[in-house]
Amino acid sequence: MSTTEVLISELVEKHGRTRNSLMPILQGIVQQEKFLSEDAMVSVARELNISAADVFGTASFYTFLDTVPRGKNVIRVCKTISCHMKNKDEIIRALENALKIKVGETTHDKEYTLLTANCLGWCHKGPVMLINDEVYPELTPESALKIVNEHMHSK
Amino acid sequence: MSKYMVNLKINNMPVSVEEGTTILEAARQLNFKIPTLCNHPDLTVAGNCRVCVVEVKGARQLSAACATPVSEGMEVFTNSEQVRTSRKHIIELLLSEHNSDCTKCQKNGSCELQSLAFEYRVGDHVLMSLLKPEDLIPDISSPSIVKDNSKCIHCQRCVRTCAELQGVSALGVAFKGNHQSISTFLNKPLNEVVCTNCGQCINRCPTGALTERNNIEDVWNALYDPNKFVVVQTAPAVRIALGEELGLEPGHRVTGKMVASLRKIGFNKVLDTDFSADLTIMEEGFELLNRLRKVLVEKDETVKLPMMTSCSPGWIKFIEHIFPNLNDHLSTCKSPQQMFGAVAKTYYADKVNVKAQDMVVVSIMPCTAKKFECDRPEMRSSGFKDVDYVLTTRELGLMIRQAGIDFASLEPEGYDSILGESTGAAVIFGATGGVMEAALRTAYEVVTGREVPFTNLDIKPVRGMEGVKEASIKIKNVKPEFAHLEGVELNVAVAHGLANARKVMESVQNGTSNYHFIEIMACPGGCLGGGGQPIPTSKEIRDKRAEAIYEEDLNMPIRKSHENPDVVAIYEEFLGEPNGHKSHDLLHTHYKVRNRY
Ligand code: SF4
Ligand code: SF4
Ligand code: SF4
Ligand code: FES
Repeated sequence: MSTTEVLISELVEKHGRTRNSLMPILQGIVQQEKFLSEDAMVSVARELNISAADVFGTASFYTFLDTVPRGKNVIRVCKTISCHMKNKDEIIRALENALKIKVGETTHDKEYTLLTANCLGWCHKGPVMLINDEVYPELTPESALKIVNEHMHSK
Repeated sequence: MSKYMVNLKINNMPVSVEEGTTILEAARQLNFKIPTLCNHPDLTVAGNCRVCVVEVKGARQLSAACATPVSEGMEVFTNSEQVRTSRKHIIELLLSEHNSDCTKCQKNGSCELQSLAFEYRVGDHVLMSLLKPEDLIPDISSPSIVKDNSKCIHCQRCVRTCAELQGVSALGVAFKGNHQSISTFLNKPLNEVVCTNCGQCINRCPTGALTERNNIEDVWNALYDPNKFVVVQTAPAVRIALGEELGLEPGHRVTGKMVASLRKIGFNKVLDTDFSADLTIMEEGFELLNRLRKVLVEKDETVKLPMMTSCSPGWIKFIEHIFPNLNDHLSTCKSPQQMFGAVAKTYYADKVNVKAQDMVVVSIMPCTAKKFECDRPEMRSSGFKDVDYVLTTRELGLMIRQAGIDFASLEPEGYDSILGESTGAAVIFGATGGVMEAALRTAYEVVTGREVPFTNLDIKPVRGMEGVKEASIKIKNVKPEFAHLEGVELNVAVAHGLANARKVMESVQNGTSNYHFIEIMACPGGCLGGGGQPIPTSKEIRDKRAEAIYEEDLNMPIRKSHENPDVVAIYEEFLGEPNGHKSHDLLHTHYKVRNRY
């Protein structure tokens, strides 16, 4: 069994085989592997006795359930109106330049993926970004770079 | 339990209907037709297209008539100014995302969206086109089905069909908002996923987004080629449905007119799949008796029971994907279409003195999966492609119109001989339970020397539209060579629609059933409800087609497969005996293990 299959059987053990357990299982995989591979989706479909198209349909509905490979860390900059009015574009430009990737891409060393996200619910403190599950509000291009820099060196 | 009656008014007219009735159904009782797109009588309610909106007095917003149950004292308006304006606007919104090139569309003339747009006289587009360029390339990977997202209105009838009726869910809804699309797993081409090619989604798609792969031009080209000898075979379920394609009401038997029109179109010989359906019964019946002997007497553990029928290529692909561990339960018999092809290009080619390479075999089928089946690499027993082209009932309807034939006024004609002989047993292949009934009529008689103990040979327990049917026959007073079957209670099951097939397969897998023989047809109602049959479809329409099939059976002079003179002759002159060496080469096949997604 591949590590993904082992992970999936643990998650199925924990959450059960009903249709309701699909979401927690997919979230569990993304937490470990950062994205849902083709094999992972097929295995989940087999375990829950549902179709792979259904698994893909559910996964593709949620932005945070990625179906393409992502880096170890995912940075998401809010792109919705309040953050937009507060210059989220500048934040993105600064991050793109620093990481040498465009939105949607992953750094060469597979450490960071840069994405945008819909409203993160921090409109009063925009612009905001997420690094994995951590929120960083009231950004400036400088502070954003500093935060990413610290993140890089904190490991 | 009697239901409460609810009183309401629709367009100021009072009506009283059972509790739980929707506004849509209540309005129909008063003869008000409310337009629908996502609603379909075979499927659960989705309520997503909104063209059925009506005004309910006191409600803040318009309500979807298909998804709103009636309530006491309700006042509904189906044609108010607000309703008509909204409805027109909804149609315009649908068209703003639509590739409206009706003149080049397969559904031109039979499209529900087109006729709505026509009824509401939707004019110049006031809305910006939101058609996505990537949707303009249709998926033509499947030999059976063309999926054209640029024609899709996201009503999800196909998704519900594939899930609710077929239990396959090859199609799902992916992404959201303006990116939403009807998608296979990872948007893979249809021929790479679990799609069984059954075509049930085509039968329920209101637009040209799902259509069959059209082979009409291939067939015309073969007919125009002076060096080709083109024979045509017609499946049992075509003769009771083709009329619908040509303006007749459901339930008309048009066998003779169909034969006449095929001759007029120019086929060299007009032959009958019924012949090979009878041949299938011989092969499959004897295979069942062999399996019973091997299991009961020889205790051979490599031989599997229950045996399952193999005439439905949608069902075959389904089991290969979903239950490949049960493949050995499948009868090794080819479908009647493929038996016909294999015999046509060998035995028959000799008889009519035509070289197999000069013969083109065309099938008229109620089925889209047969297009896939004839392409399978196993289906070349004659050394050539045994069946060259498959046309659906719908495509034949179109060909008849292209040929300028006035179908209604045709004088009925008979099939050519040989391979044109049919029995009642073969005709009922077209209805769910028919293969079982035909097999029992023959097998019981082979074993006991007596006819099946049912009035008129009608084995009623396996007929009808129940999703899974069961029956048992006690075998008594057998011939000496079948002593091992004396007193055996033969348990059979019949399922139609792959969602029902799945239930039966699960019972086989868990060991909770005790069947000896199972008939499965991929399509609801059997082939009469096949994915290549006339559109629309509904339970009422399928019931009428079934009645017509059993009428045809009852009117046949011969009603048992083993008495078909062409079948008797082919065993005497060519095949030897059922399940013999030659049969094995030409009439039997094997199965694959396919991927699970
Ligand atoms: S799907 Fe219907 S409306 Fe659309 S192009 Fe085809 S015929 Fe016209
Ligand atoms: S052809 Fe049948 S299996 Fe394939 S997508 Fe349509 S309904 Fe599903
Ligand atoms: S493919 Fe046809 S049935 Fe399916 S959602 Fe689109 S329009 Fe509806
Ligand atoms: S038919 Fe009622 S919402 Fe589509």
